[in-house]
Amino acid sequence: MTAVDDGAASAPGERIELLRQMIRIRRFEERCVELYSAEAIRGFLHLSIGEEAVAAGLLGVLEPGDAVVSTYREHGHALARGVPMNAVMAEMYGRATGCSHGRGGSMHLFDGERRFYGGNAIVGGGLPLAVGLALADSLRGRNTVTVCLFGDGAVAEGEFHECLNLAALWRLPVLFACENNRYAMGTALKREHAVTDLSLRAAGYGLASWPVDGMDAVEVAAAARRALESIRGGRGPCFLELRTYRFRAHSMYDADRYRDKAEIEQWKARDPIPRLFAELRAAGAAGPDAQVKLEAEVDAEIEAAVAAAESAPLEPITDLTRHVYAETR
Amino acid sequence: MTTYREAVREALREALIRDDRVFLMGEDVGAYGGCFGVSRGLLDEFGPERIRDTPLSESAFVGAGIGAALGGLRPIVEIMTVNFSLLALDQILNNAATLRHMSGGQLGVPLVIRMATGAGRQLGAQHSHSLEAFYAHIPGLRVLSPATVADARGMLWTALQDPDPVLIFEPIALYNSEAELPADAGAVDIDSAVIRRAGTDVTLVSYGGGLRVAEAAAEELAGDGISAEVIDLRTLRPLDEATVLASIARTHRLVVVDEGWRSVSISAEIAARAAENGYYLLDAPIARVCTAEVPIPYARQLEEAALPQPGVVAAAVRKAVS
Repeated sequence: MTAVDDGAASAPGERIELLRQMIRIRRFEERCVELYSAEAIRGFLHLSIGEEAVAAGLLGVLEPGDAVVSTYREHGHALARGVPMNAVMAEMYGRATGCSHGRGGSMHLFDGERRFYGGNAIVGGGLPLAVGLALADSLRGRNTVTVCLFGDGAVAEGEFHECLNLAALWRLPVLFACENNRYAMGTALKREHAVTDLSLRAAGYGLASWPVDGMDAVEVAAAARRALESIRGGRGPCFLELRTYRFRAHSMYDADRYRDKAEIEQWKARDPIPRLFAELRAAGAAGPDAQVKLEAEVDAEIEAAVAAAESAPLEPITDLTRHVYAETR
Repeated sequence: MTTYREAVREALREALIRDDRVFLMGEDVGAYGGCFGVSRGLLDEFGPERIRDTPLSESAFVGAGIGAALGGLRPIVEIMTVNFSLLALDQILNNAATLRHMSGGQLGVPLVIRMATGAGRQLGAQHSHSLEAFYAHIPGLRVLSPATVADARGMLWTALQDPDPVLIFEPIALYNSEAELPADAGAVDIDSAVIRRAGTDVTLVSYGGGLRVAEAAAEELAGDGISAEVIDLRTLRPLDEATVLASIARTHRLVVVDEGWRSVSISAEIAARAAENGYYLLDAPIARVCTAEVPIPYARQLEEAALPQPGVVAAAVRKAVS
């Protein structure tokens, strides 16, 4: 791993915020597991438990005008981007108050106001959108960056190669953020890629590219800041390979037979939440009950979101065909 | 006289002048002047930011068009032919057509995608297919095919005003066709089919490259005293069923001409709707003249034999009116 220690994201308040955001995402998804088992939420459910440092570190340093393109494992990304938890939870329930009005579900969270463009279930399908959003912003003279999140699986798709070439060719303000969790669904990195050092792939297209410890929210935030600064300075797109791990299976349907239990335990030992908490305690920035306090606050937020979703109206069936085309031309 | 190619070019120029959010992007559109010569001269006039050559990466540049539309621009993306558009089908179907609905109405994609379609130039199977029906199948898209020089001139501006993705299919066999175009030719309606020739004995429904064939058949039939009404659909999705049914109510016979394959085609859709909603208006079975169910061959006589020809259309009409 390349050590990034430029002092950024080192303020204690900022570290507490990273911790809070990670706990928020972790507890939200844990609650979703219970709700899924109770059949309150349905469909595919892809959890990012273990990967929270990426969402908190990367999305926490964006400006409001920046754009985000995400994947089907995006609850954490949406929450860290500021999509209200009530709207995300209501979408899980398929309710009218959901951030996609019940038409998206877990895999298709959108928030136009916050420039959160999915929620793309087609692996790699969001990369061209990110290129286009960055093209529009740059042609319109906005000094914004489009962050494009995708997994190691997407690196095998043709769109990855087409889009990195195009973004580099046109020097577009895109931050390609690969969440390398080492598995494309159930296929291990070494079974899907001839070259498993993914940051080398981007370097081949002329992008500034480096690997990051994706289990360390502080390091993710620092690397993201460095990349954003370079992109905003007009030096073209960057690629971050965020090396992380999901502690749970690909989806709730997955029996997780393709991974060694010892491997999972090794990565759990690097859990980003206790790791950051321990650092804060060691630095005297957090007391022994800080985590418990944060969890209690977060749990209250989650329970309020669940209650709101459960009492939210259903999107009426008479509105089934709305939003296929614009209502006014 | 104006060619179809010049009409499309003038439409592009007008769009680029009228709205600074408009830009053209695609393979060979800039320095080369367009694969079919449509955009020749535009790079010099508008510069490389607005006449943007792309790598041969259909999925990336079509998807980038979708992203740019989300970002507030009005992109016109050119794909060399419909055959190549299949490399971008994921982006067109799963993103352009779907984002508005999937986001609960938050994200519209005001994008125009132009592509050449159809056979007639001996280009072999991978450059010659008419796959408009693939796209007309998809809710969320608007699908147009200008069959005349005036529509080639007028449809683009109307399409650019649409808040949803519009696909325009330009038949390659028409680029050299010519017609008189009024100096004030401008935007045209993209909601309605149009009656290109009035008649009383049979309704000939066609669109795009098939329109010439239907018109030639109508001319031949007029010599025999058979009066054919020729309808140009113009828009394949959403279909203007009312114009077709109103015509059948006058003629009581329907023959559909389609350069797509017969199976699961636009002609199948027209025939089904006529049967569903106009069955009691019909005095004869519906007939269809379509492309033979083969990949389009190279050799001229084979290519011609594969495509709908006026004589075959005329024969179908004679059978229907007998």
